[in-house]
Amino acid sequence: MSDAPRHPRHGNWIAVFGLPIVIGVLSLAGLLSALLFNELGRIFSWFAVGLPLAITAWVYVRRNR
Amino acid sequence: MIFHHEIDKAFGYAPKPAMHQADAQKPGIDAIGQAALASHPGSVLQYISWDKDEPGTVTAFTNHAVNGAPDDAVVKAFDAYTGKPLGLVGTGPMLVVLKLHTDVYLGQPGKWFMGAMGFVFMIAIVSGVVLYWPFTRRLSFATIRSEKTRRIVWLDWHNLLGIVTVVWALVVGGTGVLNTLAEVMLNQWKSTELAAMVAPYAGRPPPQHLASLDVVVSNAMKAAPGMDVSFIAFPGTPFTSSHHFAAFMRGDTPLTSRLLKPVLLDGETADVADARELPIYLKALLVSQPLHFGDYGGLPLKIIWALLDVLTIVVLGSGLYLWWVRRRKTRQTMRVSLASPSLQPTP
Repeated sequence: MSDAPRHPRHGNWIAVFGLPIVIGVLSLAGLLSALLFNELGRIFSWFAVGLPLAITAWVYVRRNR
Repeated sequence: MIFHHEIDKAFGYAPKPAMHQADAQKPGIDAIGQAALASHPGSVLQYISWDKDEPGTVTAFTNHAVNGAPDDAVVKAFDAYTGKPLGLVGTGPMLVVLKLHTDVYLGQPGKWFMGAMGFVFMIAIVSGVVLYWPFTRRLSFATIRSEKTRRIVWLDWHNLLGIVTVVWALVVGGTGVLNTLAEVMLNQWKSTELAAMVAPYAGRPPPQHLASLDVVVSNAMKAAPGMDVSFIAFPGTPFTSSHHFAAFMRGDTPLTSRLLKPVLLDGETADVADARELPIYLKALLVSQPLHFGDYGGLPLKIIWALLDVLTIVVLGSGLYLWWVRRRKTRQTMRVSLASPSLQPTP
């Protein structure tokens, strides 16, 4: 009931969902940028929509080292 | 589906126009229309379309009647500069894949089925996000506990791949579901907006002599400045009235090229009768199509799309595996508890 346990819980929430939210927002921005802006939007979309692949590759390589 | 254009090309099912100089003279649309009719005597024109990415070709749809079924249409590409036929369009192996992907060859019920599957897919994603919290709240992002059992390792991969692809998967799932409603939305537009556009001309007979297609195109372009013609629907086809041509105009950016604007033109005189924006639900549908297939950001985006598909399949597969292992485990625990009398409640 006190404030003490609430703060770590709040911090924990950011730790768990913080990066996924950033990745999600970038994905959405990338999906739309290729639709809304010609050449630059296209190039941005390759990086933003490709980010999940880069993270997967990075985790895979890190794990096998 | 993502690479349908490339696959049809690789198998030789995509028409290849000859190379022409940019300033070469084009013969005009009437000549193309006549060439289309000449190559299929006894048929009528339904549509003529221009692909934004293939400026050297014009595609003509002929059928046994203007209201002939889409599956009976002959779709043929013509060289925009010489008017020569280049071959049939959309008959390659990818047509089979497209049919399997959209309606399993079952028409609208098949589409409802696919839409329902897409909806279940989205619910599964949302439930996965909800479960992400209890399973990962004590771990830092992208932790793979390699030293643990195979089940834990797969759990960690499932959580990681699932959460990094979640927005993309929801967009592809949502736009896929929306696309299964395409025909329903088109019918809604026809019975409301299109009906209102042609209402002043009710009772007019089908045109005796069709207007010149070149005049139709130039009048339509005057009515929608800065736009190009995406396709012309001939009088009597499902996209227009029995008396009018409909020219569907597109802009030149990736977004505005999807947002078609219909211009109605008199079938005999080619005078512009009306021009309106499409309603918001059809705009949403047209914009959602590239977001489902990922064919709007060049080859790199297509490759990324395909790899994300692979990740999604891994997420689905590992999810099934985790569910199965857990189910087996619960059953074993139940059996053990039943077998050991000490754990049973004493009567």
